[in-house]
Amino acid sequence: MKALLFFLSGYVGLCASEALGGAVEKQPLNMSAISMFLIFVVATLGITYWAAKRTKNTKDFYTAGGGITGFQNGMAIAGDYMSAASFLGISALVYAKGYDGLIYSIGFLVGWPIILFLIAEPLRNLGKYTFADVASYRLQQLPIRTLAAFGSIGTVVLYLIAQMVGAGKLIQLLFGLEYEIAVILVGVLMILYVAFGGMLATTWVQIVKAFLLLSGATFMAIAVMAQYQFNFEALFTKAVEIKGAAIMAPGALVSDPVSAISLGIALMFGTAGLPHILMRFFTVRDAKEARKSVFYATGFIGYFYILTFIIGFGAIVMVYGNPHYLDMAKQAIDGGKPILGGDNMAAIHLSHAVGGDWFLGFISAVAFATILAVVSGLTLAGASAISHDIYTSVICGGHSEGRKEMKVSKIATIVLGILAIYLGITFEDQNIAFMVGLAFAIAASANFPILFLSMFWSRLTTRGALVGGMLGLSTAMILVILGPTVWVDVLGNSDPVFPYKYPALFSVSMAFISIWFFSITDKSQRALKEHEAFEGQFIRSQTGIGAEGANEH
Amino acid sequence: MKHDLVQHIKNDPNYALLVDKRSRFGWQLSFTMLFIYFGFILLIAFDPALLGMPLATGWITTIGVPLGLGVIMSAFVLTGIYVWRANGEFDVLIQKIKDNAKEEA
Repeated sequence: MKALLFFLSGYVGLCASEALGGAVEKQPLNMSAISMFLIFVVATLGITYWAAKRTKNTKDFYTAGGGITGFQNGMAIAGDYMSAASFLGISALVYAKGYDGLIYSIGFLVGWPIILFLIAEPLRNLGKYTFADVASYRLQQLPIRTLAAFGSIGTVVLYLIAQMVGAGKLIQLLFGLEYEIAVILVGVLMILYVAFGGMLATTWVQIVKAFLLLSGATFMAIAVMAQYQFNFEALFTKAVEIKGAAIMAPGALVSDPVSAISLGIALMFGTAGLPHILMRFFTVRDAKEARKSVFYATGFIGYFYILTFIIGFGAIVMVYGNPHYLDMAKQAIDGGKPILGGDNMAAIHLSHAVGGDWFLGFISAVAFATILAVVSGLTLAGASAISHDIYTSVICGGHSEGRKEMKVSKIATIVLGILAIYLGITFEDQNIAFMVGLAFAIAASANFPILFLSMFWSRLTTRGALVGGMLGLSTAMILVILGPTVWVDVLGNSDPVFPYKYPALFSVSMAFISIWFFSITDKSQRALKEHEAFEGQFIRSQTGIGAEGANEH
Repeated sequence: MKHDLVQHIKNDPNYALLVDKRSRFGWQLSFTMLFIYFGFILLIAFDPALLGMPLATGWITTIGVPLGLGVIMSAFVLTGIYVWRANGEFDVLIQKIKDNAKEEA
């Protein structure tokens, strides 16, 4: 059971929530961490001020004028992916379970090559600001935009709640601030970045943070390896002496093939359906830069997971059993060798063990910065779905003044920010472990199938996309509710109605099959027109002729 | 896109070549990645003991470590291969198609 819980916390690794869930003890004020964090805040507000002067129209606001380079965008994508919890959560998983942590992190990486090979370039060639642009390219605007926008907003809000709750708990733990103050602080800063600096500020905040996180993690990994003359065998030998040989082999993480495949599908297709990730492809000049972004992103993310593997083992040899980090109060009750703040603090304690108080402060500040950057990206994606898809395309029928749309998107940003603060406080003590899983399930089962088929299958019709998308969405939601994470863990029933934790295998199949069925049986005049329009769309998706270009700054 | 231009590009042999080559290459690499990842996962699901075997007699490092790191590397290498070929061959074809389309217009 403990292994299962861990699997779960790892799955939510992306969001810092469950991984940091449960009772968290407020720590004494940590001055070195707070001062480093203040430096980060001042610097990023400076970036926002700079970006605000360059953000003049909707194109600047949504896509930074399309002027981000492939390398910068790759770094920002990696930043979106390397959240506080994938840093703390995955290194904690390695610290506790050894090899299982590595297996787990791999699942998050392998979706990226597929995104590159199949969707990155056509996506850039067809879209303007949001993935709904692509999904509704030759289909009926009203229903498809609405569905895609709700898919985006649903994913964003679920993800935001998980991030906000994780942020509050993490900050309590690292900085010794009150939960509410922490959540409000995150919400306000995020509103400032997004509302004033738009995509340009959001991207640069993400790049700065990704650089800091990668540098800090690299330093930790090198410090650990240096103690063992850069010899993995020596490091593993010491770790096995401490924790036993089981940490070098697969444990309970992948036991049943159906769950394993279902999780793999959720991670792979879910990544390709996350609105804040898809939106990043419109910030670069053309398909060529989009392609390069994914190459760099895959490199940074893969490198980061290798670092977390080393950091987890470093924590086993340097933190586990070290009296300095031992939680004696907990040990007196539960026995064993628990560390202060729980396993998720393994990387944080290791930073202290290798670099002292100031490095601990640096890593804590980076963890906070990470949360800020990730929630900003999410909020921008949510605000774009509201202003560009719902307001301009659905309510105004595609004709709205740029200035008005900008205003709507800024209002949407503020509303989403306040909503995130409110939900973050409301859900403080709730079991929210299922939320990121649900966000991934929705992204994989509704957003991704529509997007993918709209680009590659000429027979897709509005009816098929609408019915299939809704069936995929509802199947995902119902199966999550009936499954172990909600039915048992949240609602307290003894047995789940649906036995698997990850519905993706079933809900994604449901979406694809029903989109196919309701498209081929659609004999309407409109369906015929949609089929005919595919050729022109496909040529644009392949060659970029007619694609949205970048602004000249 | 205008109907004439669509017809023109459609009849450009470079276009057929691009679509054919790129989609075949994209799917080949995708299946390679899927095969590596799901192969790895199914190996763990069906024979977990295998990955727990020492790399060599007397070693602590298990077969699983280089294999797992190998999956990570393979993702990066495969994206590199795609980008390398796309930056060269595919971009040349795209440029030719664009030039021909410009002549038409």
